[in-house]
Amino acid sequence: MLTLTCPYCGVAADETELHPGGEAHLARSGPDSADADFESYLFLRKNPRGVHFERWRHSHGCGKWFHAARDTRTMQVWGTYPAQVTEPPQDLLAAIADRTA
Amino acid sequence: MKHYSAFAIAREALRGHTGWERAWRKATPKKRYDVVIVGAGGHGLATAYYLGRNHGIRNVAVLEKGWLGGGNTGRNTTIIRSNYLQDPSAAIYEKARSLYETMSQDLNYNVMYSPRGVMMLAQTEHEVRGYKRTAHANALQGVKTEFISPARVKELCPIIELRGPRYPVLGALWQDRAGTARHDAVAWGYARACSNMGMDIIQKCEVTGIRSENGQVTGVTTTKGDIACGKLGIVVAGHSGHLADMAGFRLPIESVALQALVSEPIKPCMDVVVMANTVHGYMSQSDKGEMVIGGGADGYNNYTQRGSFHHIEETVRALIETFPMISRLKMLRQWGGIVDMTGDRSPIISKTPLGNCFINCGWGTGGFKAIPGSGWATAELIARGEPGPLAAAFGLERFREGRFIDESVAAGVAH
Repeated sequence: MLTLTCPYCGVAADETELHPGGEAHLARSGPDSADADFESYLFLRKNPRGVHFERWRHSHGCGKWFHAARDTRTMQVWGTYPAQVTEPPQDLLAAIADRTA
Repeated sequence: MKHYSAFAIAREALRGHTGWERAWRKATPKKRYDVVIVGAGGHGLATAYYLGRNHGIRNVAVLEKGWLGGGNTGRNTTIIRSNYLQDPSAAIYEKARSLYETMSQDLNYNVMYSPRGVMMLAQTEHEVRGYKRTAHANALQGVKTEFISPARVKELCPIIELRGPRYPVLGALWQDRAGTARHDAVAWGYARACSNMGMDIIQKCEVTGIRSENGQVTGVTTTKGDIACGKLGIVVAGHSGHLADMAGFRLPIESVALQALVSEPIKPCMDVVVMANTVHGYMSQSDKGEMVIGGGADGYNNYTQRGSFHHIEETVRALIETFPMISRLKMLRQWGGIVDMTGDRSPIISKTPLGNCFINCGWGTGGFKAIPGSGWATAELIARGEPGPLAAAFGLERFREGRFIDESVAAGVAH
């Protein structure tokens, strides 16, 4: 079973304790945006076969939203990090680049 | 190609079965084809078949990175039905269902189509209203379905428990011409017919790049060398996003794992297909006697062709409530497939931002039933360069224009 460590409460949570929230770091489109921007924000996804940065909610725990980096081919979890960022932390990206190079 | 018949079986029986030939030729790629189809699953092979049969385009290659029919075509629960709410869905799924009825004769290959009937249980008041609405919509669409009473459900499927503690059976949407078919045979039958028309089916040939000039596709790079093509069809289900990335565009698709399982074989006890969408479970009995069970998809992106154990547990727990007699059955096998989910749970049959490159994907959890209709519509799109009446509503542009074909609400969960 997929296990992710919540970066807020520190609990190593099974996936039954969590709720998946899809691709992370999407740029939100506002009221004046073009149709193409809304399409991109609402529907178009990277859907990578590889490392996926995604949102999760610790719904049956502390209730906080957080981010995870997970490989969709192997289910390897590279790490979790707080939700209040617009891109993955540099040390996580460096660790992934180092190991997948 | 030698014709399959009762006479052929008798002839081969008399000479020790030495005269059977390969169902399809082993092919090595030529330098160029008029059309290259990526993906030799049901949808890709059906597309190639109808390109040849309906449009006379026979200089065609079908490329497959693994083995023929080894993706979702070999991983589904073989259910065929067309009881959809929205008109474009009903049209293409009913076309597919009607083509399944004569497929064995058309292909000279026994696909074991069994119109045993499919019932979708209504287990909440909302589902009762929803399925009555679907039955009315189907009447207008010319798809024969009816809403039936619990007593009729019990008559059609005696092993069902109508008064389950959580979800009693309040009725069902019944389509008597729906049913099942042998999934592998569908792929094999199309492959044999395509090969017979002179098309090349090339297995273990992975596409690693898509080549283009001036916004027009010119060919593909593969593990068996470069292949030039006039037109390209991408028909790769869960891996559509990966191919679209090579072609330089994004798709409104997320790939998730959907699982199924079968029990040990038992004596015949159920001659219809039962779907219970509120509790995420559906079941039928195969010709071998196994109970074939499907459930809900995972909630997160995944390419591993496995799936979460807790989904199996939820599905089986719900089905045991509806079918108490299966509680002592041993489960024999479990497997997963990678399904391509769109935002409105309807497929994409479309031109793409790259010229002469076409895509068929997004069938999500319900692709098997659509194979012949999907192939028919995609062949028309590739041959003419513009979608025909079956494919017109399924273009990629609908996500930008807000013209969704919303089946996520209409069909509940199982799809």
